[in-house]
Amino acid sequence: MPDLGKYVTEVLLAYGVSIAILATLVAMSWRQSRRVRRDLEAAEARKNG
Amino acid sequence: MIALLHRDLLLATRAGGGFGLGLVFFLIVVVLVPFGVGPETAILSRIAPGILWVAALLAALLSLDRIFALDHEDGSLSLLATAPIPLEAVAVIKAAAHWLTTGVPLAIAAPVLGVLLHLDPSAFGFVVVTLLLGTPALSVIGTFGAALTVGIRRGGLLLSLIVLPLYVPTLIFGAEAVRRGVDGQDTATPLLMLGGITAGAVALLPFATAAVLRMNLR
Amino acid sequence: MTIMSMWEYANPKRFMGWTGHVLPWAFGGAAVCLTVGLIWGFFFTPDEMRQGSTVKIIYLHVPAALMAINAWIMMLVASLIWLVRRHHVSALAAKAAAPVGVTMTLIALATGAIWGQPMWGTYWAWDPRLTSFMILFLFYLGYMALWAAIDDPDMAADLTSVLCMVGSVFALMSRYAVNFWNQGLHQGASLSLDKEKNVADVFYQPLLFAIAGFVLLFFALVLLRTRTEIRTRRLRALIRREGQ
Repeated sequence: MPDLGKYVTEVLLAYGVSIAILATLVAMSWRQSRRVRRDLEAAEARKNG
Repeated sequence: MIALLHRDLLLATRAGGGFGLGLVFFLIVVVLVPFGVGPETAILSRIAPGILWVAALLAALLSLDRIFALDHEDGSLSLLATAPIPLEAVAVIKAAAHWLTTGVPLAIAAPVLGVLLHLDPSAFGFVVVTLLLGTPALSVIGTFGAALTVGIRRGGLLLSLIVLPLYVPTLIFGAEAVRRGVDGQDTATPLLMLGGITAGAVALLPFATAAVLRMNLR
Repeated sequence: MTIMSMWEYANPKRFMGWTGHVLPWAFGGAAVCLTVGLIWGFFFTPDEMRQGSTVKIIYLHVPAALMAINAWIMMLVASLIWLVRRHHVSALAAKAAAPVGVTMTLIALATGAIWGQPMWGTYWAWDPRLTSFMILFLFYLGYMALWAAIDDPDMAADLTSVLCMVGSVFALMSRYAVNFWNQGLHQGASLSLDKEKNVADVFYQPLLFAIAGFVLLFFALVLLRTRTEIRTRRLRALIRREGQ
């Protein structure tokens, strides 16, 4: 851990907030992608079968 | 074309047409502000130009969804689209009718309401001039927003969300001109910019409005 | 053999094909660049003389701000392509980019506020650049709200494209208006290619990695979300057919 001096809170907060927001976006995009993919496969199967 | 303008003005001024509601809204906002920020004359006088501009902007926003909604509901918008006049002209006329029924009355009422806010006497002229110069842009931009959301049921809130960011430059230059006028600084630049925005919006935006209307009617 | 036009890549089927191969690499590249840039920046760069350790926030703030603007520019280009050539993928890519762009704007605003407190003594100032980003944020929200409000996908694509074009003009005007309205606290250009020396090399190199990471992450997320949009479209069509 580097010595952040008197700005520990600010720097850690900035990294924490940003990474949390990015992770949320990636997770949401991923989940949505998987859900739609599964639904589409089910619908294709219904059509063909 | 004149007939269309006449019809729109008539519809707006008839009972329930919304004319006057904008003015009353303007009055209410101005009355509410001192309750919010306290009655000190110095503070009110200082923020009066900004309050008048923001309140006028919100009042103009209030009547936007009427511009096309009624015509869309009863089908006369489709008739207008097939009428011999170009849709761009319809957009201009609609914006002009909106300006005449909201922008002009707001500009005239502003100094009266300015008294309530202890507006600096030297600012009265600036408020009227900037509002007269800036409200046409508000009407034209608002007409574009109304055209965008005409097909959406209960699109009023969405309309505000889309139109308000577009109002930013107009508001900045309008209020800045008044503020500089009160401080005795040079007002030529913000006034020119305000006029430029209005001229540009009036010249170009009706094409976008007409394009959007065609998409909605397709 | 005929030479394949670049538009071929925009055909939905082909798009699904090549993006399926590219996507893992894009995500992988983004992860590598972000890890290198952020760890290098966080652990292995010295403190700046004046700003102390807060300078480390630059590795998030500047890339996010860059991508916030570039995402909008990408949406503008995609909207134009949709209006001119009517490629569905293009319209869907614009739709897919908006949530990513708004996230980048949010990160830029949040890190800016956190950085502003120790440096300028306030979380928020009506500084021109801060204000411009707040306005950009509002434009993103309006654009996304319009997409969400219209059922017919082609009409939604048409209307949002026009809004994006008109919005771009007004966003640019707001930028100048805001500059005129208030002089700022920000330093001048901190990062243009001809002025690398504005930021010392020690900070510049990890910053480049972080920027590359954000660019790749943006690219990967837009591809992923566009693929989702294409599948949603297909799914809707299938469901409609079943209903008949």
